[in-house]
Amino acid sequence: MATQNNNGATPQARRVKSMSDGKARRNIEIFILSAPAILLFACFVILPIILGAYYGFYQWKGYGSPSQTGKFVGFQNYVTALKDPSFQAAILHTFEVVIGSLVIQAPLAILFALLLNQKFKGRGLIRTLIFVPYVVSEVIVGTGWSLLLQKKGAINEILANFGVDGPDWLADPKIAMFTLLLLISWKYIGFAVILMLAGMQSIPEELYEAARVDGAGFWQMQKSITLPLLAPTLRIWVFLSVIGSLQLFDLVYIVWGKYVSTTAGVSTMATYMVREGRGAGNYGYGSAVALIIFVISLVIALTYQKYVLNRDLDGAVTEQKEAKKRTAKRAKEARRLEAAATASEVK
Amino acid sequence: MTTANIAKRSVKSKYTAKNGYHVSSKTPWGHPIVYFFSLVLVAICVTPVLYIIFGGFRTNSQITNHPSGLPNPWVVDNYVSVFTSDIFWTELGNSTIVGLATMVGVVVLGIMVSFVIARYKFRYAPLMYALFSAGLMFPMTVGITPLYLLIRNLGLSNSLLGLILPQIAFGLPQTIIILVPFLQSIPDELEEACLLDGCSRLGFFWRMVIPLSMPGVATTGILTFVGSWNAYMLPLFVLSDESKYTLPLGVQMFSSEHSVDTAQVLAFTSLAMLPALICFTIFQKKIVGGLTGAVKG
Repeated sequence: MATQNNNGATPQARRVKSMSDGKARRNIEIFILSAPAILLFACFVILPIILGAYYGFYQWKGYGSPSQTGKFVGFQNYVTALKDPSFQAAILHTFEVVIGSLVIQAPLAILFALLLNQKFKGRGLIRTLIFVPYVVSEVIVGTGWSLLLQKKGAINEILANFGVDGPDWLADPKIAMFTLLLLISWKYIGFAVILMLAGMQSIPEELYEAARVDGAGFWQMQKSITLPLLAPTLRIWVFLSVIGSLQLFDLVYIVWGKYVSTTAGVSTMATYMVREGRGAGNYGYGSAVALIIFVISLVIALTYQKYVLNRDLDGAVTEQKEAKKRTAKRAKEARRLEAAATASEVK
Repeated sequence: MTTANIAKRSVKSKYTAKNGYHVSSKTPWGHPIVYFFSLVLVAICVTPVLYIIFGGFRTNSQITNHPSGLPNPWVVDNYVSVFTSDIFWTELGNSTIVGLATMVGVVVLGIMVSFVIARYKFRYAPLMYALFSAGLMFPMTVGITPLYLLIRNLGLSNSLLGLILPQIAFGLPQTIIILVPFLQSIPDELEEACLLDGCSRLGFFWRMVIPLSMPGVATTGILTFVGSWNAYMLPLFVLSDESKYTLPLGVQMFSSEHSVDTAQVLAFTSLAMLPALICFTIFQKKIVGGLTGAVKG
């Protein structure tokens, strides 16, 4: 901080600096500004994945170093995990969650966003309120909903008033997955709606005006203007939702717990990992399972990026050059845009 | 392809459209149908949360006998006993420390590295961006087991620092994705003007970039704070000592220890969610604004 202020204070001195001096200085700036972030990121995000790959080859209880206190077992952990029926079930459940959340949330989120994109009094308040579930933590959502959904809980009492005999929402394996999908949708739909709203608001009003002049009705406009132009936002949301679903842990672990989740048929890859890894003290095995989850997520993410998302999100690992080109183009565009904006402001 | 192009063009004209928009006169009342569906939506979203809050005002027998009822009569004992318990305040303190430290760390480091990626033209900038945006694909879950061992080997297990550092690292990708487009959209002319006036690159960063990127910074800061406030998995692994617990762990422990005392659990739970809710409600507009900026890119 001190150097920065110093630099600002002595402008004359800097202007006479030679070119090579400027370049060295620039490199130092780059280093100082980016080193802390990169260091932290490498240490806590990248290193654990590498370590995990290494630990995954050992049968190891987590004390000392695996090569001394553990036993090298090669790919045995991976084979055991992939052959374990309860891990297979967990993978299946995870993919049910991935697909289920997309199918339930996408249409609802678009409809709700359309609704809240109308201009009317009180819209701001409603927008804030629908975000409430997203802001409340998984632990609290889990605690609250598991009370509501008990066999003799509030939901079933309300249903009883209508003469419906409510099921055992949480423990019945036939219903538990459905319940989980409901909880997930309730918790995360606010985020989807806000994202879609943001996307809708960047659609220029002129398009709708033109369509109205041409005599298009409300739904026709939504179908031929809003939906196509919302596609980039939708693609990003699908990506975020899929990645989130693949990692699903908190809600299941809190509502169903370690063991019930398996019997109720809602265990996920992550709950299996925690139960068999840290829960059982088998850190080598847990790391192997983590790596399997990592690879599954990576393959899905990269495939999605390559075939679907690459138009929207640059910086994709798969194609840097094109991304670079696009960044340059976009920066140029942004500059022009900003200039126009400032110009109109001056007016 | 065509849709993408149209989308890009739409972004171009966004500013003018928006400017025309905001000046427009009073918002009208909506159609009754709009209100009806909005209210249904709001009811679905808010009722379970209200159930937790109201449940704290009831007694256990009220809850057992009539789960879906309202408090009758209202009792404040549950809230009072949570307010007077040390454990709640300790956990609130821990959550606040971790949340604020994570937020500051993420924002400071994030804006520094975003500035490098967005404004310095050098060979590795796209690579750095790719590195961090790849991190977005891997939330903590996939690395949690080795991450925990690493934290333990660094001697940070059971300490708040053992939460803060990894949370900063995992918060960076999101922050960078949101901030880089913000910083790229600062016009070059501004930087040139600044340089002509005798500013250095860093001077430009300090005097122009930081103030100009405040909307993005606010968005990422609040999202990070709320994320940290609600974090469950990392504290579950790292913290073993009750005096170090953050609120989510506290809520879970409290609800398993007092499993018969439902009303008390509900009171504890609703007080634990309040700070994040308030913080979010206050800054809600800023978040949506910031997201709009990020998503359009």
